[in-house]
Amino acid sequence: MAILIDNATRVLVQGVTGREGAFHTRRMLASGTNVVAGVTPGHGGKTVQDVPVFDSVHEAVAHIAADVSVLFVPAPRARDALFEAADAGIKLIVCITEGIPVRDMAEVMAHLPRRGAKLIGPNCPGLITPARCSAGIMPSEIFMPGAAGVVSRSGTLTYEVVHELTQAGIGQSTAVGMGGDAVHGIGFIECLELFEADRETEGVALIGEIGGDDEERAAAFIRERMTKPVVAYVAGHSAPPGRRMGHAGAIVEGSAGTAATKQAALEAAGIPVAGSPSELARLLGEAIKRRRAT
Amino acid sequence: MDLLEHQGKALFAAAGLPVLPAIVATTPEKARRAAEHLGPRVCVKAQAKTGGRGKAGGIRVCGTAAEVETATTDILAMTIHGHDVEAVLVERAVDIARELYLGITVSREVRSPLLVFSREGGVDIEELAKRAPQALLRRPIDPLLGLLEYQVRDVVDAAAFGPDEPGGTGAGKGLAAVCRMLWKLYRDQDATLVEVNPLVLTTGGEIVCLDSKVTVDENAFFRHPDVKPEPPQDAREAKARAAGLAFVPLDGDIGVIGNGAGLVMSTIDQIAAEGGRAADFCDIGGGARSEVAQAALEATFAGPPVAAVLVNIFGGITRCEDVAKGLVEAIGAAGVDAPVVVRLDGNAAEEGHAVLRAADLPNVTLALDPDEAVRLVVAISRERGAAAGTAADVAPGGEG
Repeated sequence: MAILIDNATRVLVQGVTGREGAFHTRRMLASGTNVVAGVTPGHGGKTVQDVPVFDSVHEAVAHIAADVSVLFVPAPRARDALFEAADAGIKLIVCITEGIPVRDMAEVMAHLPRRGAKLIGPNCPGLITPARCSAGIMPSEIFMPGAAGVVSRSGTLTYEVVHELTQAGIGQSTAVGMGGDAVHGIGFIECLELFEADRETEGVALIGEIGGDDEERAAAFIRERMTKPVVAYVAGHSAPPGRRMGHAGAIVEGSAGTAATKQAALEAAGIPVAGSPSELARLLGEAIKRRRAT
Repeated sequence: MDLLEHQGKALFAAAGLPVLPAIVATTPEKARRAAEHLGPRVCVKAQAKTGGRGKAGGIRVCGTAAEVETATTDILAMTIHGHDVEAVLVERAVDIARELYLGITVSREVRSPLLVFSREGGVDIEELAKRAPQALLRRPIDPLLGLLEYQVRDVVDAAAFGPDEPGGTGAGKGLAAVCRMLWKLYRDQDATLVEVNPLVLTTGGEIVCLDSKVTVDENAFFRHPDVKPEPPQDAREAKARAAGLAFVPLDGDIGVIGNGAGLVMSTIDQIAAEGGRAADFCDIGGGARSEVAQAALEATFAGPPVAAVLVNIFGGITRCEDVAKGLVEAIGAAGVDAPVVVRLDGNAAEEGHAVLRAADLPNVTLALDPDEAVRLVVAISRERGAAAGTAADVAPGGEG
């Protein structure tokens, strides 16, 4: 089962002829993903790694059915490409692009529900169901199929944790990189809800960072609704207020959004919070073992 | 990017929002001449990118030329919450009947702009939100529909101007116009925050924006070629930014370089937990190329003395072997002789280790896992700090 994507998922790539788009299309194919079509305006009729390229998403889906679109479109044109994917009927859109203006993302987030489309990202590594489907740029080599769900605001921290999990023999059901922007699509709560309902997932690692209140709201959700174990890690305890720490969304505003308040909210909800990414992997392994024993 | 009050007010004026006549001055002499032009009563206001200027004594009402000169001298010498005062804004003073609050910002929760209004202005709005949340009117703005007329009416109703207040029904009309213009400015300028605190009703019955706080979205600069991003004050940050790296200067003595914002933040946290202090946040992203590694190292050393550097790389798609080659070249090219602790893991980590061992650089130590890397670099910085007699060895943190 896993969540959001599996081996039946048919992936379309927007911005497929660009450097990043072509590179990651090759990697997605190599990891066994069913990439069925690509789109770059003005490049219709070409192929990338034998994947047919179309001029528009509408044209692509008229020829070949697709469920998920992965976007590598440059930031100034990303808003339009996101509208295009939703209007063409794509139900899950994964936006890898970094640096999209907040105004554009707010407009996209206002429009997508009207088309019944969901978004992952932007400014994210996408998601992966190991050995079945990779919709994005996560390094499939470090993943292994299994029972751990992972949802994260940070790409490299996800890799760290997954690497540790895999080395410890704990595979992953699905890993979702929700992205580092302030205005983003699917968040912790949507993923937790899906992991709770997923038969393969036995426990979830939540990787948060400073900025916003996604972690605080996730804590309340976990306390009220999750029966599966959740463990957490929050990065940015030493971040100075008012400075943007790499990610657009990673900024402490006033007294809100600090790592300390997030950790406190998670702990108050009974969620173990790790002091390092390696400890997070350990905690999740233990939690899954305990659950199996009962 | 935050704008100074006078920069925000220039945008306000261009958008038709009511602001008072004002002149920017950088010397007491210029301030006095501005006051002569604007007077008799003026307000001298510190231009610094921080809140709480009034409380800190950075805003003074002056009635004479001598007062203006004294106030300007005092204010220009101030540092408010760590921000140097770069100039003063000399503004015509008005008599205030009432102070209001009006702002538009991004709500992460509703993922759209949010209009916030309070009939209680001139106060710390975050403090007010905690003390009396019902005093704030909040209206999410659908970015595809814009600010709707009923929302404007809600604001005017919430202001509850009385019949005996100055301006009569004109005050409500003025407030409604300010709401519409502020939304237009927020949208057109790609702002992520526009705040007027206080927005005032003068004794003459006029609605006037007495302050401005504007933050514009750096990601939208491609739509605003006229906006010039200002160069960072910190030399390290300027160097790193020129090379396209994300860099935040910190005040410790351990340089930190890594790939990915989350990984670098986490590394800095772990250094603090071990009792050390990071000198910077430097994210090289993909970062395999030696130019990138070199730029990162050079930026790290361009500021106050650094006792040691931790390079923490997790290779996802990036091959650690390429990063290692880049580092060896960069350490040579940048002439780094301070101790460098390197941790490489993930894709082609073994090959990366082999490259570093073959290079046999005397100042480079290889760490096999991130926890060990942090312990090592903190220990080295402590030794070096003790040897150099700096305060590094008494840095707070303890066993954390």
